[in-house]
Amino acid sequence: MLNMQWTWFHRLGSPRWFYQKTQRWLPWLSAITAVLLLVGLVWGLAFAPQDAKQGNSFRIIYLHVPASFLALVGYYIMAISGAVGLIWRIKLSFMVMKSAAPIGAALTFVALFTGAVWGKPTWGAYWVWDARITSMLILLFLYLGILALRYTFSVSEASDRASAILGLVGTVNVPIIYKSVDWWQTLHQPATIKLTGAPSMHPDMFAPLLLMIIGFYGFYFLTLMLFTRAEILHRERKASWVRELVSKKRAEV
Amino acid sequence: MYFDSVYQLITMDGHGVYVWTAVVVTLVVLVSLIVKPLRQHHKILQTIAREIELEQLVKTTASQQEATDASNP
Amino acid sequence: MNMTGGFRDHLWRDLLLAYRRRGDLVKPLMFFLMVSTLVPLAIAPEPERLAKLAPGMIWIMALLATLLSIESLFSDDFRDGSLEQMLISPDLLVMPVLGKMTAHWLVIGVPLTLISPLIGLWFSLPMVALLPMILSLAVGTALLSFIGAVGAALTLPLRQGGVLLTLLVMPLYMPVLIFGSATIQSAVDGLIWFNPLLVLVALLAIAVALCPLATAAALRLAKNA
Repeated sequence: MLNMQWTWFHRLGSPRWFYQKTQRWLPWLSAITAVLLLVGLVWGLAFAPQDAKQGNSFRIIYLHVPASFLALVGYYIMAISGAVGLIWRIKLSFMVMKSAAPIGAALTFVALFTGAVWGKPTWGAYWVWDARITSMLILLFLYLGILALRYTFSVSEASDRASAILGLVGTVNVPIIYKSVDWWQTLHQPATIKLTGAPSMHPDMFAPLLLMIIGFYGFYFLTLMLFTRAEILHRERKASWVRELVSKKRAEV
Repeated sequence: MYFDSVYQLITMDGHGVYVWTAVVVTLVVLVSLIVKPLRQHHKILQTIAREIELEQLVKTTASQQEATDASNP
Repeated sequence: MNMTGGFRDHLWRDLLLAYRRRGDLVKPLMFFLMVSTLVPLAIAPEPERLAKLAPGMIWIMALLATLLSIESLFSDDFRDGSLEQMLISPDLLVMPVLGKMTAHWLVIGVPLTLISPLIGLWFSLPMVALLPMILSLAVGTALLSFIGAVGAALTLPLRQGGVLLTLLVMPLYMPVLIFGSATIQSAVDGLIWFNPLLVLVALLAIAVALCPLATAAALRLAKNA
């Protein structure tokens, strides 16, 4: 019984299993994600009512909020994969961690950019040091640090472990950063409006936002799979199953 | 549609520049997040395929060499 | 096996080494002092403006001065083989690491703290903020040493890890900076300055618990790189 559970656990950590399983999931996930994002975006941009206070610029929320969510969630996914890799020495976990880094960094950039563009028509400035934007910027630095650290170590195992350690240290820091920036803000700006907060939501505005958030989640996992698959092929290129796979593909051509 | 015309959709009462810039940049980033790993994937497959070809080439020339060596003692 | 073995030995060893190279110790202090003179030259010598900038500026300069010195925390031991000795010793690796971190704070952070009243004077910092400044620097520089050590260990294999070290460690330093300067600023504004200081103390407690672990793990990696 225990043996069965252990083999299941081990199979979960097998790059080959991941590669084969995702091959089948990809088409479905792509379709669902595309539909969600398309419907959500068109609905939000063209059909939802505009905000009473912010006018049409509030529509950027349909991009900004999902990107911010996933940027933050993505960091935790990266850190947890790193921790799993460190504790149980599962190679696949490290590959997922490595893939999560550029995706998270890109989404953080999107969050910052859309936030800045949102700020200009709404509050008159592209950049305001409010709590949310500042925390996002620091999150971007955390991501960039992990990406930069990758090139320190030539041995990929050491590189993985170093990134995982840094990721974990950052994880402890993320809530501290968010809280401290928040607190710092209240010290300097007794703001009555939370600058990047969502306006109170009419259900007609909220529904497309929900679609976009779910769609972004789907997108995140889609890209995570794609990056991880490429990483698997790269690291396992000497393995027999990879060779077989390539030979089969060549035969098909 | 909330807007009365496509023109209004694009300009959004002056906010159009901001909204559409945000949309375009976001889409560019999202698309590149899909394209990049796919290209890497493709490239790695090609690299491995070439390696296999090379190996086979080496093997066949080696076995040919053995055959010629065997027939010429 | 002695559980706390290595802590006192390495603390003492690092202090002794630092003493033998007294000249090196002065560098962060000189940096702190000299950059302090840059601010009035670059911005304005008016006391009111300087006093406004003081809490933040003093903290930024202390942070930069610490960053300067953190890079070499492990590099000498790495080069002369003492790191190997630490790694193969039966003592827990966190103990020598803790000793080195504490020594670094004693050698860099404490002098910075002690010289800060002079900087406060130059910046026309109100007297009421003197004690908060000293306390925030005392606790904060310890935090900077501890967090910085993690970065130093991670970038150890690099020959010019300084830039990467800065990049890695900066986001982690930001909360320290926020609460450190807030302590001083609160005092200047006449508010309760205990609160941000207590947050610093709490952060230090977390750092003392976690940073040696992360640093030790990173040091083991450096050996294999």
